[in-house]
Amino acid sequence: MAARGDTEQQIQRIFSSESRRVLATLIRLLGDFDLAEDALQDAFIAALRQWPDEGVPDNPRAWLVSAGRFKAIDQLRRRARYNEILHEQAQQLEQQATVSMEEENAAIEDDRLRLVFTCCHPGLAREAQVALTLREVCGLTTEEIARAFLKRPSTVAQRIVRAKAKIRDAKIPYEVPEGDELYERLHAVLQVIYLVFNEGYLASSGELLLRHDLSEEAIRLAELVLRLLPQPEPECAGLLALMLLHHARRATRMDAQGELVLLEDQDRSQWDREEIARADALIRRALQTQRFGPYTLQAAIAAIHAQAPSSEATDWQEIVGLYDLLLQQMPSPVVALNRAVALAMRDGPRAGLAALEPLMEDKALADYHLAHAALADMHRRLGNIADARRDYERALTLASQPAEQRFLRQRLEALS
Amino acid sequence: MKYLCLVYYSEAAMQERGDDHWQSLNKECQAYSGGLTESGVLLEGSALQPVSTATTVRVRDGQVSVTDGPFAETKEQLAGFYMIEANDLNDAIRVASRIPPARYGSIEVRPARDIYDHSSEKVPYGEALES
Repeated sequence: MAARGDTEQQIQRIFSSESRRVLATLIRLLGDFDLAEDALQDAFIAALRQWPDEGVPDNPRAWLVSAGRFKAIDQLRRRARYNEILHEQAQQLEQQATVSMEEENAAIEDDRLRLVFTCCHPGLAREAQVALTLREVCGLTTEEIARAFLKRPSTVAQRIVRAKAKIRDAKIPYEVPEGDELYERLHAVLQVIYLVFNEGYLASSGELLLRHDLSEEAIRLAELVLRLLPQPEPECAGLLALMLLHHARRATRMDAQGELVLLEDQDRSQWDREEIARADALIRRALQTQRFGPYTLQAAIAAIHAQAPSSEATDWQEIVGLYDLLLQQMPSPVVALNRAVALAMRDGPRAGLAALEPLMEDKALADYHLAHAALADMHRRLGNIADARRDYERALTLASQPAEQRFLRQRLEALS
Repeated sequence: MKYLCLVYYSEAAMQERGDDHWQSLNKECQAYSGGLTESGVLLEGSALQPVSTATTVRVRDGQVSVTDGPFAETKEQLAGFYMIEANDLNDAIRVASRIPPARYGSIEVRPARDIYDHSSEKVPYGEALES
């Protein structure tokens, strides 16, 4: 029975590569998330039963869509004994079931993009967008999502149930928006992707190794959206590049003891050059369009760091220029803080302090540990040890992550 | 003189009263609104889906902002209503975002509920599920 075992393995492979695509199409055809999920399961059970004897069909994807649709019609009919509306729905589905396999195959990729936009619809709460995207587009289980976000599985499950109910009852459409709306909605999609990435990124520096690799999931999602959008969207490329650049440095962010390592002290020979080169190409193309935004600018800044042979040999002139552009597009106190830090590198700590001190009147920075750490660092470089100590201590009281607290304590000890 | 009558009740309390109560309440509404329509008193009216289906639309500096959930700002008061026909939520958001006061206040978009169809068989679970 070696042949049968091989087929089963092949079916497993097809399941992991095709299940999300097939699900996206079934959701469009059936107009119901839960019905589509059941139909997907039924289609794979049918495949496991039939393919070992009949062989794997030439177009397994279209076969699965078609099998899933018929299984859903069966299920609606069984339930329809009690309900007139379901009966009509089953009949309608049956009439539509004559589309050719070729047409089906062409529509399937578009369905994945529709699903992304539906899951990230701004009419859903942000946490619901994230959970639904990870569940439906990426295929994570409810338990995996719960573990990744340190929530109870029942909480995540309830969030997903409510989001699906709103999609159904408020009639959130299954479509990729067009024109101006595409840009507004894409913004929400990119925010969800970046949130997923950051959750994974912070987790990898934290104490929990059990968490699913959300950073890589986010990179795959951005690649998918970039590939499927009707025209290449510079900000989507910019976000992908930004994530690749962070990801390229993952091996050097912590030392063997699990302590944070500053960018200037990281072992640059360990950075993933292939990912950096990919990011670089994406950024160049995005910048050429002249329609780039904050993600592309942040990626460009990260790329200059990633390509510099050392901290001293970094092109701080270029970095300050990019921060000036970023500040115009995204006038936030944290961007202004980063610009001041870059200025301190270009023109010396005195210039950095002159830029940073007036910013500290902003409430957001007054309570931000990294702002005080930056002030402390500038004072340290100027030899103002008492001021440096005061600001490191202030940063330490505000920091909440254990690794950051340990790092700040080390800096304090190094002062004396 | 025209008057707008706005209906308020606690969704959680309604859920506690159960499905039988819900069905008879819907029947009562059908009978009352049917009579009012016949006599020309009721010009336009509809039940709504629970508050968990609500979406709030605002326009600031020409940018449309869409958020999940009902309008919940006690500093603003109800100033009017539009009953619209739309294909789906995106279509409804498009219409809502062009209502001029969307630039100053908020437009809550809630799908209507047909008291004659199957949606009135069970009390819809709304915020009561939260706890």
